[in-house]
Amino acid sequence: MFRNQYDTDVTTWSPAGRLFQVEYAMEAVKQGSAAVGLRSRTHVVLATVNKAASDLSSHQRKVFKIDDHVGVAIAGLTADGRVLSRYLRNECINHSFVYEAPLPVGRLVVRLADKAQVCTQRSWKRPYGVGLLVAGLDELGAHLYYNCPSGNYFEYQAFAIGSRSQAAKTYLERRFEAFDKYSAEELIKDALFAIKETLQGEKLTSSICTVAIVGIGEPFHIISEQAVQEMVDALETREEATAEQSGGDMQDESGNPDAAAPMEEI
Amino acid sequence: MGSRFNPYDNNGGTCVAIAGVDYCVVAADTRMSTGYSILTRDYSKICQLADKSVLASSGFQADVKALQKNLSAKHLIYQHQHNKQMSCPAMAQLLSNTLYYKRFFPYYAFNVLGGLDSEGKGCVFTYDAVGSYERVGYSTQGTGSTLIIPVLDNQLKSPSPLLLPAKDAVTPLSEGEAVDLVKDVFASATERDIYTGDQVEIVIINASGIKREYVQLRRD
Repeated sequence: MFRNQYDTDVTTWSPAGRLFQVEYAMEAVKQGSAAVGLRSRTHVVLATVNKAASDLSSHQRKVFKIDDHVGVAIAGLTADGRVLSRYLRNECINHSFVYEAPLPVGRLVVRLADKAQVCTQRSWKRPYGVGLLVAGLDELGAHLYYNCPSGNYFEYQAFAIGSRSQAAKTYLERRFEAFDKYSAEELIKDALFAIKETLQGEKLTSSICTVAIVGIGEPFHIISEQAVQEMVDALETREEATAEQSGGDMQDESGNPDAAAPMEEI
Repeated sequence: MGSRFNPYDNNGGTCVAIAGVDYCVVAADTRMSTGYSILTRDYSKICQLADKSVLASSGFQADVKALQKNLSAKHLIYQHQHNKQMSCPAMAQLLSNTLYYKRFFPYYAFNVLGGLDSEGKGCVFTYDAVGSYERVGYSTQGTGSTLIIPVLDNQLKSPSPLLLPAKDAVTPLSEGEAVDLVKDVFASATERDIYTGDQVEIVIINASGIKREYVQLRRD
C-alpha cells in the first residue's frame, strides 16, 4: 500500500469510499505471525506460530482460553488481542452468571464485532490492530469465526491469518471439504501441516507453535508441548514414509522483514 | 400501618467444618425452611469454589446463592489471570472482601469456608455476615450452631481457642473420627433445633480430592 491522502484519521472517507485507517489496521494483522483454524462438525483446532523476539526472551501468547467452550487465536498487535480477550472473558462470565448457561459463540463474535466497529467511527479512537480466530461451540455444534479490525466477522470451515498465511490457505483450500467428518487427531495434524506451510522450510517444532482444541465434550485447552512434539514427529515419519512433498514450494529463505515496526509483535 | 417489605428471610439450617492434619470436613444439613414450614428436605448449602476450597453457608439462601455465584465468577477471572486455582487462604480473603463490599446491605449468609492450605494442611475459616473472619481449627454457623459448638469445644480439645492459646491449629483426630463426630453432632442438633434435620451432606477434602457422603437425620 502506498501513501494515501485521506488517511489521517479514521473518520475521514476517501473519495473512493474507503477508510484507510481501517485498512491499515488490517495490514497490522497481516504483519503478525501466522495463526490457523480448522473446524470439523464436532471440534475446532487453533494453531499459531510463536516466535520469540530473541533467544533471551519468551514468546508472546497468541492463544487465549475465553471460556470452557470458546478460545481465540490472534495475529497482529498482541496487546490489543490481550485486551479483547479480557473483554470476551468478561462477556462470557456475565452471561453465565445471569443465564446459568454458556454464551453461544455466535453471539460472542457479534459483540466483539460491534466493539471493533465503534473504533472505526470515533475520531478519538483507533481500530484494534488484531485479527481474532474465534473457536467455539453452541447448541448446533462447532464453529470457527474470523473477526477483523474493520468490525466484520465471517464464519469459516478453515482459515489462516498473519504473515505467509496465504501458503496455509492454499493448503487448506485443497483439503477443507473433508474436514467436517475429521476426528480431532486428524484436524490437529492438518493444522500442524498448515502451520508448516507458513514456515517456508523452517523446521516445525513444538517450541515455536501452540496448538489448542475445543469440541463437544472437550473443554477448550492448549495442548501440551510434549504432546504437540509427538504429533509433529509422527507427521515427519509419515512424510518420509510416503516420500510426498508436503513442504512449501516457495524456495526463498526467510530473509524477511522481521525488522519490526515499533508497535509490532513477532 | 402494616409491615414494611423485609428483604431478608431465614431459611435455617446448620453448617459445621473441622480441619485435620491433612484433611478438612465440611458438613451442612439439607433442610430449607421458612417460618415454621419446610420448603424442601433436599437443598445443598455447600458449594465447591475451587479444587481445595468448599463453602458452607446458612442463612438466607437467596443471598447465599448470589454470594456463591459471585465468588465463582471471581474465581474464574482469577484462573484466567493467574493460570492456577485460588488457594484456600486467598479465597478466604476474597470472601471477606466480598461480604464487606455489601456492608450497608449485607448478604444474610453465615459462612464457614473449609479446605486445604498451600501446605496441604486442613484449614477452616469462619465468618460473620459482613466479612469479619478468622482461621480456626473448627467452626459451626447457623440455627443449630449454639447446640453444636460446645460439643466440638469439648471433643476436639486441642484446637479449641478456649485453652488460650489453642494448643494445636488443627484437630489431631483422624479423618474417620472427625466424620463420625460430625454425624453425632448433627444428630444431636436435629433433636432440639427444629430447623435442622432431614439429611446431612458431608464433604471431605483431602489430597486425593473431594468426597461426598449423605446421612439421614430425623425428619420431624
